[in-house]
Amino acid sequence: MSSQASSTGQSAPELAIEMSQIEKWYGAFQVLHGVDLTVEAGERIVICGPSGSGKSTLIRCINQLEAIQKGSIKVNGVVLDKTPKTVPLDIGMVFQQFNLFPHMTVLENCILGPVKALGVSKEKATQTAREFLERVRIPEQADKYPAQLSGGQQQRVAIARALCMKPRIMLFDEPTSALDPEMVKEVLDTMIDLAQDGMTMICVTHEMGFARAVADRVIFMDHGQIVEENAPELFFGNPQHERTKNFLGQIS
Amino acid sequence: MIREFGPNEVIYITLAIRYTILLSLIAFAGGAVGGLMVALMRVSQNKYRRWIAMAFIRVFQGTPLLMQLFLAYFGMAILGFPIDPWTAASVALILHAAAFLGEIWRGCIEAVPTGQHEAARVVGLGYVNRMRHVVLPQAFRIAVGPTTGFLVQLIKATSLASIIGFTELTRAGQIISNATFQPFAVISLVAVLYFILCWPLSKLAANLEHKFNQATTR
Ligand SMILES: Nc1ncnc2c1ncn2[C@@H]1O[C@H](COP(=O)(O)OP(=O)(O)O)[C@@H](O)[C@H]1O
Ligand SMILES: [Mg+2]
Repeated sequence: MSSQASSTGQSAPELAIEMSQIEKWYGAFQVLHGVDLTVEAGERIVICGPSGSGKSTLIRCINQLEAIQKGSIKVNGVVLDKTPKTVPLDIGMVFQQFNLFPHMTVLENCILGPVKALGVSKEKATQTAREFLERVRIPEQADKYPAQLSGGQQQRVAIARALCMKPRIMLFDEPTSALDPEMVKEVLDTMIDLAQDGMTMICVTHEMGFARAVADRVIFMDHGQIVEENAPELFFGNPQHERTKNFLGQIS
Repeated sequence: MIREFGPNEVIYITLAIRYTILLSLIAFAGGAVGGLMVALMRVSQNKYRRWIAMAFIRVFQGTPLLMQLFLAYFGMAILGFPIDPWTAASVALILHAAAFLGEIWRGCIEAVPTGQHEAARVVGLGYVNRMRHVVLPQAFRIAVGPTTGFLVQLIKATSLASIIGFTELTRAGQIISNATFQPFAVISLVAVLYFILCWPLSKLAANLEHKFNQATTR
């Protein structure tokens, strides 16, 4: 169990995500082997682990980009359908490769979902989008196309685009891995800002500085299983498993 | 009596180009509507839709256009529904264009990265909105070059309609050639007219391709 930073001292905390005994195959290849993960509302989780260990798959199951074969997932108390047609609207996602819509301006990228999926008026959506672009500190880029922006700027637009849907949970899949080193910080700062605002966040990342700064819990995955999880001080200071130690030795 | 190959004959042939253009436009417009349906069926989640589209493409890509024209024209007559060369040529060319454009556009739709579909899904877009606002606009850009290229092929393919008595550029040339016994001069003129029609389009296709390549790798 994790030690919670929030000191409300109330009864049961509100659960954002409850995954139990998740099993997932790609054809004959099993990627996830009975993973359990519970995330409280407002909690910040960092997931790390070697390439191919199933980190992306795990978080993609949470918003139903991938279907699971066994187990169950609850998001904000609602059980997800096993054969998904749509993704849950209260989960935002940021991808490693940004995945901005290249034929739309930054502003159009941000308002597409709110207007088409949430039925927000174009004026209202535009206003919200400008607020979030301000928040990620690129309001002046609103009318540019993604290809005209740097990688760091594109990723911040992607974060703003996700926030425009007013999600309660944000998923990040290696958001800084495709960036040039000098742009990593601007994206991490945006994420730290978001974390301080109380957003429930699950971040797959190898940025250990980020994990130390904002994570309530760090999870280490290997071979489709959660090997170890702990508060960052303990996770980094006193890793329990051999595989965790090896991994931390490799990336630091 | 042998006719001269004079100015009147040149004008007669040149004016016949309007039927070539008109038939090309009909085939292209109809083929575009059909091709979009075929392409969307080919990338559908529903396997029966995929199979139907696949079968359609197999049949129309796997048989010569000439046979399709024959079947449309003579076949319908034998079945007791005689149709005029205009209708027969239009129907056959539309189906031909639908099959080819469907397959070209399927490739263009599939060339849009899966990350785009996923990004559209996570901002809540369902299949129709995803296709309409995210995938098809990007596929369209990729498609402009190859589509213009296919239009050039289609214009040349309309010459086959001469076989069922449709008087377009090629058949006008045949008529004059038979009357004047000057096949070389006549066919040369016909070839030049096709070239004048097709060359600017080929050039346009190349330019557009270049332009969109630049726009996406800016
Ligand atoms: N669409 C897919 N089809 C088949 N195998 C896949 C697919 N996606 C991922 N995998 C495999 O599943 C495993 C876990 O992948 P992934 O979740 O992307 O790992 P990570 O994000 O930790 O690097 C890898 O072995 C990968 O090759
Ligand atoms: Mg990954």
